[in-house]
Amino acid sequence: MREVDRRSKVDRRNFLKTAAAMPPAAAIAATTGLSIDGAWADTAKALKPETMKTLARVARDVYPHDHLADHYYIAAVTPWDAKAAADAKIKALIEEGVVRLDEDALAKHKLPYAAVAWEEQRVALLRGIEHTEFFSTVRGDLIASLYNNHDVWPKFGYEGSSAEHGGYINRGFNDIDWLSNG
Amino acid sequence: MTKFDLNDDGLVVIVGSGAGGGTLGNELAQKGVKVVILEAGGRYEIPDFVNDEWNSFTQLAWKDMRTTSGTWRVAHDFPNLPAWIVKAVGGSTVHWAGASLRFEEHEFKIKTAYGDIPGANLLDWPITLAEMEPWYAKAEYKMGTTRTNGIPGLPGNNNFKVMEAGARKLGYKDVHTGRMSINSQPRDGRGSCQQIGFCFQGCKSGAKWSTLYAEIPKGEATGNLEVRPSSMAVRIEHDASGKVDGVVYVDGDGKMQKQKARVVAVAGNSLESPRLLLNSHSSMFPDGLANSSGQVGRNYMRHMTGSVYAVFDKPVHMYRGTTMAGIILDEARHDPKRGFAGGYEMETLSLGLPFMAAFLNPGAWGRSFTTAIDGYANMAGMWLVGEDLPQETNRVTLDPVAKDANGMAVASVHYDDHANDVAMRNHGYQRGAAVYDAVGAIRTFPTPPYPSTHNLGTNRMSEKPRDGVVNKHGQAHDIKNLFVSDGSQFTTSAACNPTLTIVTLAIRQADYITGAMGRREI
Repeated sequence: MREVDRRSKVDRRNFLKTAAAMPPAAAIAATTGLSIDGAWADTAKALKPETMKTLARVARDVYPHDHLADHYYIAAVTPWDAKAAADAKIKALIEEGVVRLDEDALAKHKLPYAAVAWEEQRVALLRGIEHTEFFSTVRGDLIASLYNNHDVWPKFGYEGSSAEHGGYINRGFNDIDWLSNG
Repeated sequence: MTKFDLNDDGLVVIVGSGAGGGTLGNELAQKGVKVVILEAGGRYEIPDFVNDEWNSFTQLAWKDMRTTSGTWRVAHDFPNLPAWIVKAVGGSTVHWAGASLRFEEHEFKIKTAYGDIPGANLLDWPITLAEMEPWYAKAEYKMGTTRTNGIPGLPGNNNFKVMEAGARKLGYKDVHTGRMSINSQPRDGRGSCQQIGFCFQGCKSGAKWSTLYAEIPKGEATGNLEVRPSSMAVRIEHDASGKVDGVVYVDGDGKMQKQKARVVAVAGNSLESPRLLLNSHSSMFPDGLANSSGQVGRNYMRHMTGSVYAVFDKPVHMYRGTTMAGIILDEARHDPKRGFAGGYEMETLSLGLPFMAAFLNPGAWGRSFTTAIDGYANMAGMWLVGEDLPQETNRVTLDPVAKDANGMAVASVHYDDHANDVAMRNHGYQRGAAVYDAVGAIRTFPTPPYPSTHNLGTNRMSEKPRDGVVNKHGQAHDIKNLFVSDGSQFTTSAACNPTLTIVTLAIRQADYITGAMGRREI
């Protein structure tokens, strides 16, 4: 049987050397081990800490992977604080989007979004704002900020760059062993 | 390196350095013709390529603004990215997968073979397969296509093995690792495939044929070819007699230059080539160059495409190894009993995790999507590529509002699927899923078309000037020293990947241009 996820043994520094894409290395390093409900959001400069936490909760509800710890979602949304600091329009888009989401949650459940207990209930609230610019912006950004985080690749069995390892010619390009012949 | 003077009016000036332009440039240089290639993008060599989908996209892709309309889903999902093609020396031969198939005989004459189909603008090519065969042979030899010239096929990777096993269970017969212009053994100074994956991100071993390193350096070595990167053609100009006399371009410093020319060949891919002709309108040619027929930009084709991915209960690791070395040809025939004209190929395809997330079902979210991605390591995938029908209303026009950095109108791409395309795609989704179900797929995913990699037909070949833009040599009906040298000259799209036919036409065209120059016809 093949060896799966060998890249998970690779030192993270090797990833970071080649990781020009988001999220920034600092965001990954700073978020490891954190949970969405923790104090990580208190250092936000432009966005409210509660907004950051709501964004992280939204990120997990939009792309829920139960084998990914919270810190990957926190890393994915952390760059919004710097973007909001640099651009008042983005700041307004995010803050107002979260306000609207919380209003919907309060009306339905008498709780802010992040405190609504069941994912199914929160997803129903997201369906209600699916066509807003806030939702499409946050969701679209996650495609890269979550799935292009090189640290999550091994969690999905994706091994990333291969040329520097000599390709797969001697590393299992044809090692499938469960197909029956005939 | 040779440098030609801007006022040298004895040159062939080629716009674009991909399969058409890069091949034509080398072929002409080998015959002693002096050539300048203007390439809009930069020059990235093999060591510059990165095995990283988004970073590579940033490095190589044509990201300049375009606009879209029509019922195709790409216009909704990627409104400013209708095509996934390359802006760099080598053009889309840097990105291409290597599949190198000849047209079938009937695919050069589908108006005759299919009859009239409502809503389609069918036309027979002014060339036949018999005329093309010796030129195809030259192209396959040049490119080192596997399963030709005694070159063995590539070994099958995991993704191929899954597809092959399913295909055999369904009774498909014509299944193998493809005719691929990727070295299965060292050849032409390049090594053999290392099964790296990342064929789309630029081949790091150089095993895959690309004009970047397999054609252009040979042309440059003759002293007859100069490639100018970062040189964006904005307009082709003509003299009082109506012959083209040079190309105006913006150089790497942002300065407008004019390179004089004896002959101009346009090879900027099927979106940029018609755009350049349309943007070159003048008082003599108010509708753009070579456009007396009104066909410039029309009949845009992008192939019937789609993908089928499947998740199994055990690992596949589809991304390991050559991306597209696997094909089922049994559905490529023309068999109207299936409910559509023409046919399609099923070819292995994989995306890395980042692009799988972006393209599996653009816009999707929630657990239906994320549980599919959770199965990534256990996933196999195929691409469906089939003939789409030319329609006059599927076309590239100049956007009335949007301009590029040089103030030139950008290309606006309109595409509506023909009912025939939709019927073929649905058939392909069913058969593709059946292939995987036959070997125990847990879930299959009918995945919508990506931004177009096969852009065809917008300056089509025709026997009669009123039906198209160029003749059987790619020479403009209206202007004898103006040529089209890329896939935009395709009269119809055929089922197969277009690069081999583009290269074949370029080799043939080089022969014609050299002869016509020698005879002082141009």
